[in-house]
Amino acid sequence: MCFQQKMIHSLFLINCSGDIFLEKHWKSVVSQSVCDYFFEAQEKAIDVENVPPVISTPHHYLISIYRDKIFFVSVIQTEVPPLFVIEFLHRVADTFQDYFGECSETAIKDNVVIVYELLEEMLDNGFPLATESNILKELIKPPTILRSVVNSITGSSNVGDTLPTGQLSNIPWRRAGVKYTNNEAYFDVIEEIDAIIDKSGSTVFAEIQGVIDSCIKLSGMPDLSLSFMNPRLLDDVSFHPCIRFKRWESERVLSFIPPDGNFRLISYRVSSQNLVAIPVYVKHMISFKENTSSGRFDVTIGPKQNMGKTVEGVVMTVHMPKAVLNMNLTATQGSYTFDPVTKVLTWDVGKITPQKLPNLKGIVNLQSGAPKPEENPSLNIQFKIQQLAISGLKVNRLDMYGEKYKPFKGVKYITKAGKFQVRT
Amino acid sequence: MAASPAYGEEKGGSSSLGEPEYGHDPASGGIFSSDYKRHDDLKEMLDSNKDSLKLEAMKRIVAMIARGKNASDLFPAVVKNVACKNIEVKKLVYVYLVRYAEEQQDLALLSISTFQRGLKDPNQLIRASALRVLSSIRVPIIVPIMMLAIKEAASDMSPYVRKTAAHAIPKLYSLDSDQKDQLIEVIEKLLADKTTLVAGSVVMAFEEVCPERIDLIHKNYRKLCNLLIDVEEWGQVVIINMLTRYARTQFLSPNQNESLLEENTEKAFYGSEEEDAKDAKAEAASLAKRKPYVMDPDHRLLLRNTKPLLQSRNAAVVMAVAQLYFHLAPKAEVGVIAKALVRLLRSHSEVQYVVLQNVATMSIKRRGMFEPYLKSFYIRSTDPTQIKILKLEVLTNLANETNISTILREFQTYIRSMDKDFVAATIQAIGRCATNIGKVRDTCLNGLVQLLSNRDELVVAESVVVIKKLLQMQPAQHSEIIKHMAKLTDNIQVPMARASILWLIGEYCEHVPKIAPDVLRKMAKSFTNEEDIVKLQVINLAAKLYLTNSKQSKLLTQYVLNLAKYDQNYDIRDRARFIRQLIVPTEKSGALNKYAKKLFLAQKPAPILESSFKDRDHFQLGSLSHLLNAKAVGYQELPDWPDEAPDPSVRNVEVPEWTKCTSREKRKEKVEKPFYSDSEGESGPTESADSEPESGSEEHSSSSSSGSSSSDTEEEEEEEDSREQSEDKEEEEEEEEKRPKRKDKDGSRKAVSGSAGSPSEEEEEEEGAKKGKKKAPQGRKGHAETSSEEASTSESSSSGSDSGSEAEAKQRKVPPSSKASSKEISLLDLDDFTPPPPQPIPSSSIISTSLVTDLEGLTLTDTSLTPTLLSPAFSAVKTYELLHRMAGEGLAVEYCFSRRPFPGDPHMVAVQIQISNNTDTEVKNLRVNEPKPLSGMRIQEFPEIVAALWFQSAWRQGTQPAW
Repeated sequence: MCFQQKMIHSLFLINCSGDIFLEKHWKSVVSQSVCDYFFEAQEKAIDVENVPPVISTPHHYLISIYRDKIFFVSVIQTEVPPLFVIEFLHRVADTFQDYFGECSETAIKDNVVIVYELLEEMLDNGFPLATESNILKELIKPPTILRSVVNSITGSSNVGDTLPTGQLSNIPWRRAGVKYTNNEAYFDVIEEIDAIIDKSGSTVFAEIQGVIDSCIKLSGMPDLSLSFMNPRLLDDVSFHPCIRFKRWESERVLSFIPPDGNFRLISYRVSSQNLVAIPVYVKHMISFKENTSSGRFDVTIGPKQNMGKTVEGVVMTVHMPKAVLNMNLTATQGSYTFDPVTKVLTWDVGKITPQKLPNLKGIVNLQSGAPKPEENPSLNIQFKIQQLAISGLKVNRLDMYGEKYKPFKGVKYITKAGKFQVRT
Repeated sequence: MAASPAYGEEKGGSSSLGEPEYGHDPASGGIFSSDYKRHDDLKEMLDSNKDSLKLEAMKRIVAMIARGKNASDLFPAVVKNVACKNIEVKKLVYVYLVRYAEEQQDLALLSISTFQRGLKDPNQLIRASALRVLSSIRVPIIVPIMMLAIKEAASDMSPYVRKTAAHAIPKLYSLDSDQKDQLIEVIEKLLADKTTLVAGSVVMAFEEVCPERIDLIHKNYRKLCNLLIDVEEWGQVVIINMLTRYARTQFLSPNQNESLLEENTEKAFYGSEEEDAKDAKAEAASLAKRKPYVMDPDHRLLLRNTKPLLQSRNAAVVMAVAQLYFHLAPKAEVGVIAKALVRLLRSHSEVQYVVLQNVATMSIKRRGMFEPYLKSFYIRSTDPTQIKILKLEVLTNLANETNISTILREFQTYIRSMDKDFVAATIQAIGRCATNIGKVRDTCLNGLVQLLSNRDELVVAESVVVIKKLLQMQPAQHSEIIKHMAKLTDNIQVPMARASILWLIGEYCEHVPKIAPDVLRKMAKSFTNEEDIVKLQVINLAAKLYLTNSKQSKLLTQYVLNLAKYDQNYDIRDRARFIRQLIVPTEKSGALNKYAKKLFLAQKPAPILESSFKDRDHFQLGSLSHLLNAKAVGYQELPDWPDEAPDPSVRNVEVPEWTKCTSREKRKEKVEKPFYSDSEGESGPTESADSEPESGSEEHSSSSSSGSSSSDTEEEEEEEDSREQSEDKEEEEEEEEKRPKRKDKDGSRKAVSGSAGSPSEEEEEEEGAKKGKKKAPQGRKGHAETSSEEASTSESSSSGSDSGSEAEAKQRKVPPSSKASSKEISLLDLDDFTPPPPQPIPSSSIISTSLVTDLEGLTLTDTSLTPTLLSPAFSAVKTYELLHRMAGEGLAVEYCFSRRPFPGDPHMVAVQIQISNNTDTEVKNLRVNEPKPLSGMRIQEFPEIVAALWFQSAWRQGTQPAW
């Protein structure tokens, strides 16, 4: 008789060269050979991004994610919401990132015991048990250089010897008995502009997506409330579980007992009625000539509507057509690189000064004989503007209740380019 | 192996360890002597007395397991350490044990006694972890032990242990399915659990063990709905999915009247705008005609309580709610999910992939929902191809007369993409738009014809295939295009495209009488080198030409048929034989010959270009089966709506004890504060003895106080139902605009509703409700106002009923406008209980002793963080039973410490006592008999209450100088 097992059965971590470097089973062992189906799909997909997240095999289903050059492949036996598994796998990757500072093969191999202990706690019989980083950190302490030195001398371990009371707490995201000498609360309002600009420079689509990332180092059980000058701007908001939804609904105030440390408080989308100010413009002239097997490339980036703030950290990346062999360009500012293998042109511009607009121009060498590329490549632009939330969102005030001390508070605004693409 | 400095040092000189293990030496897991040596080494370490050595050994073993290497021969050495004091060693031993116990069953039994001991540990966490490991050991012999342990843990005091018990159920079930019946009993018991911690896990167990036992859910349905918001996110997904199925079996379709029209709608789906408009009119007409459909209040409850979860950060939760709305909500309300789903498109590409699949299905059924977000589906050159193709699908589904020009302009950009698979998909999308929207058919066709001169063969081929389909719709006008395509046969190599061209020429050979025979001539020449699919079309073309133009093509046809006769492929041989018999008249050929022309040159209906996502919605959205478009193992069909609603009363819960009301109060509260509510603090395992009351920490807003005040109302579920039913009726038309106000209204109504027990009172109740309604807009100005108004409303309504009246000690002391007045107590449904005969009330002296002892232990240190004035708090506070209803012959007394200072005297605290009369006779002359406080306590008496069913009083105690 076959017993149906729900949820996640096993997990395999696979690196880019196809080695399975970690496996964990929550139920009976599933042979590594099940991954062959995955490798097959991977081969078919050519590009790592195009490996289908869900693969059906005769006896199992494989649901995978690709993060930081690692495939997390989970084995499922029966019906389960795919997003459930995908979301969980991303949480696993996030946890590794949180613990080891990076989610890489080396980090995982170096900390294989901690990884195993984490996976053991995160899933019970394939069902998520403790995924809150705060609880996990109580159970298993993250490695630090100091601790590993101390451990090697004293023989003590990185498993917390205190019992994980967080798991029982009413506020599972915050551990008890937090103490700091300097009490600080920082909020970063980060807004990203997603945009598609068409050939003529007009905006096809533009949208502002924002997040508020917080770093809270406050002792005890502080109860914070954060209010905005213009909360109506926020159209669609998703919350960290700590936020009291009711308060937001009724008063548009974020009221919460924060987790300890870094976390994402909310993410939001600015209502689409508001016109999005695009802070940069791009003038471009890209053309390929049929007979001479060469082309011209001329791009200028300039600032506009940036409210007196400088646009910095400007980087342009372009995926050139396959026929491009090489590029001979001159940049008036910054430096450029062209990778002839991946055909990616990267131009690191830096800061834009309106007096002297950065320009990159020169000759494109095409493969001789090959037909000229039909499409001009799209330009992907990244930039950053400090001290500005492009939507105009402003934090009004932060109040703290429940604790006596006076915390140090800070709010920072940054606007960045999200998926910012200029079609040429 | 681990390269952390500590690890490296400890390894010291042992050369057999370390890097080689991670190397690709296939033999390292095998039988070489070095392995034996190494394992001996490990065994030695495990046998040593030093914890550090043991730990080191265990770490290495775990690293081996992680690499997928066999470490089973170490079993005896490892299992010895199961009782080790060092917690990390112990944990790693558990890891090992769970991995290998299945293979070494006899030895694994050695460890069982340790866990059995652990199950009795006073610490809940140790009990839980013992149960967790015990149940993870897959050894059939211990099934009885596991069963016993699960049963015991299911009635453990600690909710955490109960949660673990719920987790253990599927494990045991997979080990021995014969235990099903017993396990169902445990599940039933755990389903009744009121803590959020347990809810998710037990529903998971339910889904795995007995998803068919939907009857177990009835009694817990409302509780689950109300707890949902505070359950941890993974549990939410499971519960929502289960409740979706449940609702499909228990409620009527909210769109039942529209469903008659559905076919109609479907046909008009891609139709012209006028058709749409007509359709809309028809719908409106039928709406007017339809018999009143009243949504079951429980159905409404589910929709209302899941909606805030659309704002969860967890994509799986958002998707679960989205599918619930898609499958259960009335058409008009489904729209709310679009925004949340579009938000998920910013997430990881895997999430996008799944969400887009679901959006594609939804956008076919409910196009209007995503139309405002059209631009969010625009494609970027950096998207992975699989995402691009899904977005294209959605864009195509969303195309209609108004937006088609925008979409086509967008498609024009896509056609020039470097990603050829994507270009091919775009061409197909254009084809679909062209077939569906007649207005742009010519534009699309011209565009596609231009693509025929594209340099990329794939693009041309795809265009040919699509043009072929489009031409079928109006061939007469397009002989130029057919001529153009005929020329392409010289160059184009993609078999599908060649086949399409040949078919076109054959089908419309009368439009191109000069070219067709020439094409056949060329094809006959290259026949042997063609692909099978092309060969079949060559035969087809030959046959059709033979029938229309036999003079020019007779010989060619003979030639082709002869070639085909000896082809390797039997399909082709068959086809050739069949056609020869049909078209070439011989004496043997039968009657069919006459009809050959009719057979071959009949009018063929144009193909309908359909989305591959059409009809996928018979799978539950968000499920694996939906994604794969095939039934996955263990998929639970989403049942069709029943024609007749099953008895809704099965969900009624009789609450025999007052103690249970605590939980119900909480549930009420959750209705009020739908999402990560203010009361998060208490929402957790409040019932557990270990948890510390987080009381009052949240009461810094007047809104929350109004929330908790109304949550305080003691009312039966049935009352709420009847109330909501009426509410639904009233509001159906105005629902849309009133939505925001609704909450306030609900609040006020809740306060009122208490009186609505018996049908006779319903009128009054409705009056009260109307009052509440009128006041709602005012109430929006400030919540403090509302709450006082609510109070007065409830007062007025309650005074109207004879059987339920209330007296509030506090309200008499404090002016009614103050916040405290909002602390009304609502009335109990008297019909709900079988009224026992009137009995004398037991003497209060017995009662007060227990209260006084409790008072002694009362500490005020963990009081509210914000010192508010006396404001309602008892929703947040645990109530204690003083006198049970049964013991008191119908009179129940409960008390709670509101942990608030008493406004009159700073040295006093308020103790609230709720006395509920469950009989139908009046209780008279309530007073404090002879207060016998302990030393240092004093009690401020309240005036005698002459006749009351409900009242609350404030006792004060003077022992706590802290205040």
